[in-house]
Amino acid sequence: MKTREEIFEILKSQFPDAVLGIDSSLPTEPIISIDPLKIKEISIFLRDSEELKFDSLMLLSGVDDANGIKTKDEKGFDIINGGTLSVYYHLDSVYLKQKVTLKVSAPRENPEVESVAMVWRSADWHEREAFDLLGIKFLNHPNLIRILMPYDWEGHPLRKDYQNPEFYQGMKISY
Amino acid sequence: MALKTERMVLNMGPQHPATHGVLRLELEVEGELVAKVTPHIGYLHRCFEKHCEAMMYNQVVPYTDRMDYVSSMYNNWGYAIAVEKLLGIQVSEKVEYIRVIMGELQRIASHALALGSFGLDIGAWTPFLYLFRDRERILTLFEMTCGARLLYNYIWVGGLSHDIHPDFLRMTREFVRDFRATVDEVNNLLSYNKIFIERTANIGILPIDTAINFGCTGPTLRGSGLAYDLRKDDTYSIYNRFDFNVCVGQGLQGTVGDAWDRYYVRILEMLESLRIIEQALDQIPSEGDVQSAIPKRIKPPKGTVYARVENPRGELGYFIISDGNTNPFRVKVRPPSFVHLEIMSDLCKGHLVSDMMAILGSIDIVLGEVDR
Repeated sequence: MKTREEIFEILKSQFPDAVLGIDSSLPTEPIISIDPLKIKEISIFLRDSEELKFDSLMLLSGVDDANGIKTKDEKGFDIINGGTLSVYYHLDSVYLKQKVTLKVSAPRENPEVESVAMVWRSADWHEREAFDLLGIKFLNHPNLIRILMPYDWEGHPLRKDYQNPEFYQGMKISY
Repeated sequence: MALKTERMVLNMGPQHPATHGVLRLELEVEGELVAKVTPHIGYLHRCFEKHCEAMMYNQVVPYTDRMDYVSSMYNNWGYAIAVEKLLGIQVSEKVEYIRVIMGELQRIASHALALGSFGLDIGAWTPFLYLFRDRERILTLFEMTCGARLLYNYIWVGGLSHDIHPDFLRMTREFVRDFRATVDEVNNLLSYNKIFIERTANIGILPIDTAINFGCTGPTLRGSGLAYDLRKDDTYSIYNRFDFNVCVGQGLQGTVGDAWDRYYVRILEMLESLRIIEQALDQIPSEGDVQSAIPKRIKPPKGTVYARVENPRGELGYFIISDGNTNPFRVKVRPPSFVHLEIMSDLCKGHLVSDMMAILGSIDIVLGEVDR
């Protein structure tokens, strides 16, 4: 069983450009930051390496970091410009009983992250959910369509500056 | 006239009784054989995760009830563990024991519903009634403790909403004593019934590597033969104090990882849960305040936490990001049913349309949790 710091060292020596750093200041779990366009390569390494063997993706979650410039529009709603959207990957090794958390951040205006759906099949629906609710684009995903919201919905509800629409297909939405 | 040989698209649901909720399955069939299944979900979507961002930490608990509404206790518990980890709270011994008893009772109740409705889907009426009769007794125990029968809001961050009733321990003991007989009865009526075996053995075989790659957990993974149980492998609460076995599918009636194996793992798990409850009843301290550790105001430090528990359906995880405020910045749930529904397409390929019901019943999904 390896600690997250040891896993970071292994990754850093293998992929010096793509592994950006480790945040150990958090009280519960250190998080390794990765380049969003290299995540697939690193995932394949994490899954296939004999000493790491991360064979299961427990959770993939999209997060709106809301770290851009906040302004208000004429109706008083928040608008966020700039900053990042992030994706967190919680990996688990069923046989070696070790865990690791990865994080990638992509710019809010064009959030493109390499898909890992071909590495862990469970990522397929999780990525569709992150696309649906946060608008993160997963490159080379087999079927990137909405999953929880209606297929013709506009906007991404989990973004921090999301505004509830007044109408859906001409029907008034009551809240 | 020549036979038509092209594939036919068939819609099952959203209101089909065997889909266990509001789920639409789009089937492509070649004659009676299923070629492709595309699940369409989201009919019960209410954006639980967005709600959480507008709530204070303790106000989220009743919302978690409504995800997997047949195992609400465990949903509460998972959330409580995640926030307690973030805050660094230790709960008292008595609270831990009550949580374990409630959690395992909930597991039995949830499996009783899963197995009963599984039989029902295939056409076995009677076991459903026996199991529901006994599930009713568990619900009575819950009602006695917290006043609710389905959505409990019982396990709070740092404690419990109520202490147990003076009669609770005695009645739980009586239930444990009686329930073993029900399991035998269900075994006679359903598990070893020839028709049931014919319908479920060698159906929907899930190989172990596929199961892991798809992120399957709980009885679905154990049915494939891997002894992986978070209560043992990533232990939480006080589960390391109890002696119990992790049950796995052995392919007794067919191949390892078929629908019958997944069914039978649940039967065995109910018996193991009874053992845990018995031990917890023996060890539970009589004195103790169940609300002493409840924080007046929850304001965790900046940070993230991922806590996971072994829900009756599999790994239930909560990923919480705190920005140091009284509201969570982001709550993301890992619902086991959401992950399990994804394997439907692979499992059903090449089976008869009627076998799909056996497969869907054996992976035991709850749509409230899939859609959140």
